[in-house]
Amino acid sequence: MSEAFTKSMARNIFFGGSLFFFLVFVGLTIHTTRELPERDHRENINEMVVLGKKVWEDNNCIGCHTLLGEGAYFAPELGNVYTRFGNSKEAIKGFIMSRPVNGIPGRRSMPQFNLTEEELEGIAEFLKWTSEVNTANWPPNIQG
Amino acid sequence: MKFQSQAVAKPYFIAAIVLFIGQIIFGLVMGLQYVIGDFLFPAIPFNVARMVHTNLLIIWLLFGFMGSAYYLIPEESETELYSPKLAIALFWIFLAAGVLTIIGYLAVPYATLAHITGNDLLPTMGREFLEMPTITKVGIVIVALGFLFNIGMTVLKGRKTAISMIMIMGQVGLAVFFLFSFYNPENLILDKIFWWWVVHLWVEGVWELIMGSILAFVLIKTTGVDREIIEKWLYMIIAMALITGILGTGHHYFWIGAPEYWQLIGSVFSAMEPIPFFMMTLFAFNMVNQRRREHPNKAAVLWALGTAVMAFLGAGVWGFLHTLAPVNYFTHGTQITAAHGHMAFYGAYVMIVLTMISYSMPMMRGRAAANSKASQTVEMWSFWLMTVAMVFITLFLTGAGILQIFLQRMGDSPQNFMVVQERIQIFYWLREAAGVMFFIGLMTYVASFFVKGKEATLKG
Ligand code: HEC
Ligand code: HEM
Ligand code: HEM
Ligand SMILES: [Fe+2]
Repeated sequence: MSEAFTKSMARNIFFGGSLFFFLVFVGLTIHTTRELPERDHRENINEMVVLGKKVWEDNNCIGCHTLLGEGAYFAPELGNVYTRFGNSKEAIKGFIMSRPVNGIPGRRSMPQFNLTEEELEGIAEFLKWTSEVNTANWPPNIQG
Repeated sequence: MKFQSQAVAKPYFIAAIVLFIGQIIFGLVMGLQYVIGDFLFPAIPFNVARMVHTNLLIIWLLFGFMGSAYYLIPEESETELYSPKLAIALFWIFLAAGVLTIIGYLAVPYATLAHITGNDLLPTMGREFLEMPTITKVGIVIVALGFLFNIGMTVLKGRKTAISMIMIMGQVGLAVFFLFSFYNPENLILDKIFWWWVVHLWVEGVWELIMGSILAFVLIKTTGVDREIIEKWLYMIIAMALITGILGTGHHYFWIGAPEYWQLIGSVFSAMEPIPFFMMTLFAFNMVNQRRREHPNKAAVLWALGTAVMAFLGAGVWGFLHTLAPVNYFTHGTQITAAHGHMAFYGAYVMIVLTMISYSMPMMRGRAAANSKASQTVEMWSFWLMTVAMVFITLFLTGAGILQIFLQRMGDSPQNFMVVQERIQIFYWLREAAGVMFFIGLMTYVASFFVKGKEATLKG
């Protein structure tokens, strides 16, 4: 780099540029949080959805699955599993409930979590709510 | 070594390498589970192996970053470390917290761990990369505060250079953004948006400051190029990193419920994120070409050039590959993401820590400047084995990802996830083979520490 361009000029670009774009980012984030209620339908977050998110976290479902495309890539996307399962909470609960303790020989297996009826209902409600978030048409199709 | 207290970095680096070995072993376990689905089930389910793999990665990189700072700051400040005792105490606290957490993952079901560690009081667990119990997170914050205090006081009483200031800014940023891991709202969408304030603003933000300052430090030492020139480069690199990287966060806001203007902002700014990584490549090669001395530690120079190139490939090229919204619509959450994640983490952060270890460890082990020729030869073998293996891992995952997208996300009759995974198995077998090669490279790396011989000496 040329001599006319000094270290202190570079430093000023760093501080000025970073500060400016950080402030823009904070501003946009505030705007985003204002727009979100339209898209995440938070009016539908009831006690069961809250419980479901807790069960989701306490059992580390994200360690195998993606949820809205984030997480692990070992098992199916679950952001749209509610629609994939024919808009059926019962199907989701049935699937989770029926996992064999020792897995399925030779196949990627999901643990048996021994969830209570209430926890199952929570998870199903949580996945239903998630499927209703406006995600700009993602995933591309029902397979997730 | 110019100052005795720099030696506190040694246990940090040793712990880093040991945990690195653990990380790769669990990587290999998962690699097998990808093809032999019930391998180790239900003893170690995939999610457990994954937490161990990724959390060990983060823990050992943090050990590496702290060790690097403990070595670099006194030398830059031209004074002893404020408190070596504190550094050693924090080392043991951090190691205990890390090891106990990993044991917790392996010993009891995750839900039990969540329960006994009080996740009901302040739920922060069960989110990718932030799986550790809340008390472990608190422990990390305490260690970070003590660490920042220690290096901060050292800089205050000594010389203040751009390199040490940037290192400190990076470490402060790391600690500050980690605080967002305590924010876990009941609304999943808000949770996701701020989760990226930890993950993205780390790897594509403040960690680049840490990487840049380590790279600049090692280049000054090994090439003898004028500090003014090196620090000017460093400022420009980190300026570009934050100017592009902060709004680049938008590339994670495309499909998680955020407003759609992020598709434009995220695409445009993140498309420029490769620039700082490319500058690092130019920087490293230019400085080495303009070198004023032949440093006897050839291995360290190789790592420095290697990290500059591989970070550009993994973060820059593989990042750009899937960062534009129309492309990301199809690649989001596939093996393409995994391919990029591996090469970017390895190229940027694994290799920069190994660069610092390679440069500093010989001195901490009582040599004037470098290991013996024989030891360096073995170390350079390990460089090539690990780096080539990582290139293959990335290529195989990219192949898997492209097929996955074709079969599962495109065309008129998209197939079921599990069916597709079955059909692209061959790529996972190849990935596992490359993983074994990586492990052999890592063992070679460890072996290089035990190769004796006459020390290579300074010339010119
Ligand atoms: C150890 C990995 C693992 C964990 C942890 C895990 N799953 Fe799964 N899950 C799987 C696998 C593998 C499948 C596919 C099973 C099959 O098709 O045979 C699956 C399938 C599912 C399905 C059906 C998806 C479909 O499209 O067919 C649902 C629903 C589900 N899991 C929910 C959950 C929930 C809720 C949790 C957390 C409480 C969870 N999973 C934790 C591995 C896991
Ligand atoms: C230094 C070397 C390595 C680094 C830095 C690394 C890093 C990572 C990271 C960051 C993730 C999370 C990926 C994501 O969310 O996109 C991950 C997951 C994973 N890694 Fe590694 N890894 C390394 C080596 C290996 C090796 C050698 C193997 C096996 C052969 C391996 C197998 C896996 C698997 C199977 C996953 C899970 C992917 C999924 O979620 O489905 N890793 N690793
Ligand atoms: C060293 C720097 C970087 C590291 C360590 C890194 C690592 C990662 C990891 C681990 C993920 C997966 C996160 C998850 O599990 O959901 C990811 C995602 C992503 N990265 Fe990077 N990255 C880096 C730089 C970049 C750059 C420079 C770009 C763009 C040019 C980029 C673009 C992306 C995109 C678009 C995703 C989202 C993938 C998806 O939609 O699934 N990354 N990165
Ligand atoms: Fe990112």
